[in-house]
Amino acid sequence: MREISTQIIIDAVKDSATKANFELGDDVVQALKDGIEKEESPVGKDILNQLLENSEIARTERIPMCQDTGLGIIFAEIGQEVSIVGGDFNAALEEGIRQGYEEGFLRKSVCHPFTRKNTGDNTPIIVHLDMVPGDNLKVWVVPKGGGSENMSQLFMLPPAAGWAGVKEKVVETVAQAGPNPCPPTIVGVGIGGNFERSAIMAKKSLLRPLGTPNPDPELGKMEEELLSEINKTGIGPQGLGGRVTSLAVHVQIMPCHIASLPVAINIQCHASRHLEIVF
Amino acid sequence: MDQVIDLKTPLTSEDVEPLRAGDRVTISGTIYTARDAAHRRLIDLLDEGKELPFPVEGQVIYYVGPSPARPGRVIGAAGPTTSYRMDPYAPRLIALGLKGMIGKGKRSEEVKDAMVKHRAVYMAAIGGAGALMARAIKSVRILAYEDLGPEALRELEVENLPAIVVNDTAGNDLYFEGREKYQIE
Repeated sequence: MREISTQIIIDAVKDSATKANFELGDDVVQALKDGIEKEESPVGKDILNQLLENSEIARTERIPMCQDTGLGIIFAEIGQEVSIVGGDFNAALEEGIRQGYEEGFLRKSVCHPFTRKNTGDNTPIIVHLDMVPGDNLKVWVVPKGGGSENMSQLFMLPPAAGWAGVKEKVVETVAQAGPNPCPPTIVGVGIGGNFERSAIMAKKSLLRPLGTPNPDPELGKMEEELLSEINKTGIGPQGLGGRVTSLAVHVQIMPCHIASLPVAINIQCHASRHLEIVF
Repeated sequence: MDQVIDLKTPLTSEDVEPLRAGDRVTISGTIYTARDAAHRRLIDLLDEGKELPFPVEGQVIYYVGPSPARPGRVIGAAGPTTSYRMDPYAPRLIALGLKGMIGKGKRSEEVKDAMVKHRAVYMAAIGGAGALMARAIKSVRILAYEDLGPEALRELEVENLPAIVVNDTAGNDLYFEGREKYQIE
C-alpha cells in the first residue's frame, strides 16, 4: 500500500483553492481570445476584452477573478492501493478548503437553506469520490459559483424524445438562462445513467480542458452541433447580444434504464475554475 | 464605440429619463450594496413602519456580495450578482424613489413596470469581472447587517464604475433587443 498523509492533502487543496480563484486557466484565456475573433457585436468584443483584462488583474494582484469564489466541490479518484494516513480523508479535504478560503481572502458562500445563516468557513464541501485501480490519488478542486449553477437543469425525458429531444432541452436551457449565468458559458451535458449520475457526468465533463477533443468522435460531433445551435440564440457575451454565447459544450454519455432518457445540463460561467492535483 | 455618459449620484428623474437601453455609463459618488438577504430586512423595516438605514430616494443599489479585502485593500473582488433574486423586493424601493440598480441578468415584468412608472433604470455590470470592477471602488463602510457577512449592507464610494443601461424609463430591454439583433433562425 502506498501511504499518503492527510497533511499533504490539506496543503495541496488549500493551495489549489486559492490558485484556482486567482488564475484563470490558459485554456479559458485562449477560448476567450478566440471568442473575440468570432464575435460580431462591438459590445460583445468589448466585454470579452474586459474579461481578459479582469483575469490579468486577478492573476497579478492575487484577488479573485469573481467575488463568487464558489462552493468547494471536489472530485477525487483514489487508487485502491492507496492508504490515507494521519486522519480522516474527507475532513482533510474540508480543512484544505477552510484554510484556503480564510488565508486567500476568498468569500465564504455557504449558508443554511432557510435561515440563510452563513456557516462562516465555506464548509461543508461537496465530494464525489471514485475508487480506481492503482496507487495514485487524483483530486480536482472545483470552486463553482451560484449564478451559473442556478441556471442548470435536469430532465427525465421519455426515450422516444431521442437526440432531437436532448438537443431541444440543452438549447432551451441555455436560451432561458439568457444573461443570468454570465455568458460566455461552458455547457456540461450528462446523458443517460440515472437521475444523479447524469448530473455528476454533466459536472465532471466541465473538467475537460477547453479545446481538447472529446475522446469519442461521435460525442465530439454532438458537442459541435449543440454549440452551433446555442450560438445561434444571439444571447452573446453577458446576454447583451452576440455570437459567442458559449465557449464549448462537453458531453458525457452512458447507458440508462430501458424506461428512461435522463439528461442533465450543468452551466459553467466563463470563470471556469478547476485544478487537478496528482498525489 | 458610443459615447460614455457620466452619472453622479444621487440621481433625479431628469438624470435617468434621457438614458436609453444600450447606453454605456460610468457611475461616480455614493452607492449602496444589498443582496436578497439585506433586501428582505429592508422590506421588513418598511412593513414595521421603521426608517431604512439609508435614504432610498435618488440612490443607486449595487447587487454585490464582495469577497473580503486583503490587508491594505479597500475591497476584494466586487462584480455584480444575479438580479432576479431581488425582484420580489425592488418595486417597493423603486416606488420610494430608488433611481438605479446595478446587477446582471433579467428583471421581472413587475420590476420593469415599476421602473417606467417611477422613472428608474437598471444597469448591467460585467458578471465575473470582480477584480476589474473593484478598481472603481474607493471606500467601503458597513452600514447595517454585518452578521450577513458578504451580504451586509455597505456604502461604497465609487469613481467611474462602468455599466450598460439594460432597462430604461421607456420600457426598453437590452437583453431582448440585443439578442434579437444577433439571433439566427
